[in-house]
Amino acid sequence: MSVPHIGLYYFGALSLVLVGIYGVLVKKNLLKILISLSIVETGVNLLLISVGYITGRSAPILSEGIGPKQAVDPIPQALVLTAIVIGVATTAMALSVAITLYEKYGTLNIEEIRRLRG
Amino acid sequence: MVSVLKRSLAIITLLIIGYWLAQGLAGVPFGQDRMLVGKYYLENVKAQTGAVNAVTAIVVNYRGFDTLGEVTVLFIASTGVGALLWRRKKRRTAKTEGSVVLRTGSELLFPFILMFGTYIFIHGHLTPGGGFPGGATIATAFLILYMAFVDYEIPHRLFEPLEGLAGMGYVLVGLIGLAIGSYFLFDWIWQTWHWGAANLGRLFSGGFIPIIYTLIGLKVGTELSGIVDSMLTEEVRE
Repeated sequence: MSVPHIGLYYFGALSLVLVGIYGVLVKKNLLKILISLSIVETGVNLLLISVGYITGRSAPILSEGIGPKQAVDPIPQALVLTAIVIGVATTAMALSVAITLYEKYGTLNIEEIRRLRG
Repeated sequence: MVSVLKRSLAIITLLIIGYWLAQGLAGVPFGQDRMLVGKYYLENVKAQTGAVNAVTAIVVNYRGFDTLGEVTVLFIASTGVGALLWRRKKRRTAKTEGSVVLRTGSELLFPFILMFGTYIFIHGHLTPGGGFPGGATIATAFLILYMAFVDYEIPHRLFEPLEGLAGMGYVLVGLIGLAIGSYFLFDWIWQTWHWGAANLGRLFSGGFIPIIYTLIGLKVGTELSGIVDSMLTEEVRE
């Protein structure tokens, strides 16, 4: 088992994903779980952006001095633009489910909700 | 004790997942040129779409149909939030008014936040941003008003028709493309009439990208404000 060599940006994005998964696994408060899911999402977005980065190049906005040869890959950025919006939408959905659960059970602790339901 | 066990189990799982992901990423060196389709987009974006921002050209022009689907997902999510939080009679039930700083600041900043959001979505084909961030900025302005004043509500009569009209406008622009050109979401303004070919990189260029991004900005702004509204109002019992 050798330690894989990855760039610092990959490491940061990967750490965000792992921190988020830790929160999902360990936390009991529904809101904290949702926040952890958002952190996972941020990490994945960051990972996609950093995969598209090319050393020494600029943002893919073609202006003076930045031609097609001086710009980074625009496709991951377009994908992430989509992913952020969908992330906002799904987070809003999940939060409204959490609001409904709180109104019904009076708690956001998932273990208690599980116990009350049965 | 159980929680310690659970925590250590979670950490071991994470180490395995992290190692596995890192091993995969080690084969993708950072900062190298791996463009395939991106190269085509970058080389042809000015001639084919009239926009200088390649990202928005891809989102709105090359993959406009995807973006229509994305707008639909956002619409379904906002409808879902409305359906989940639907009550017979809803009103603001907040009791604590915002502080003096928040109230004064929100009143002062509100028009400027709206203006900045509009700036972001109108200049989508020139600068980073576009309809989605611009719409989110506009929704933020309304969120601040909700936090500052206990009885503020968005103008529902204006926002709900506007949301629908903006969505329909997007489809309409696509259908005009179908009528003039050969396919849905054909860029008729740029490809057929070449409007704005003289001022590439200025505001009046980019074919239908500014039009569609304005519609998306309005739609996202009203939709997210609607989500904020349905989350912050509560049922009142008479």
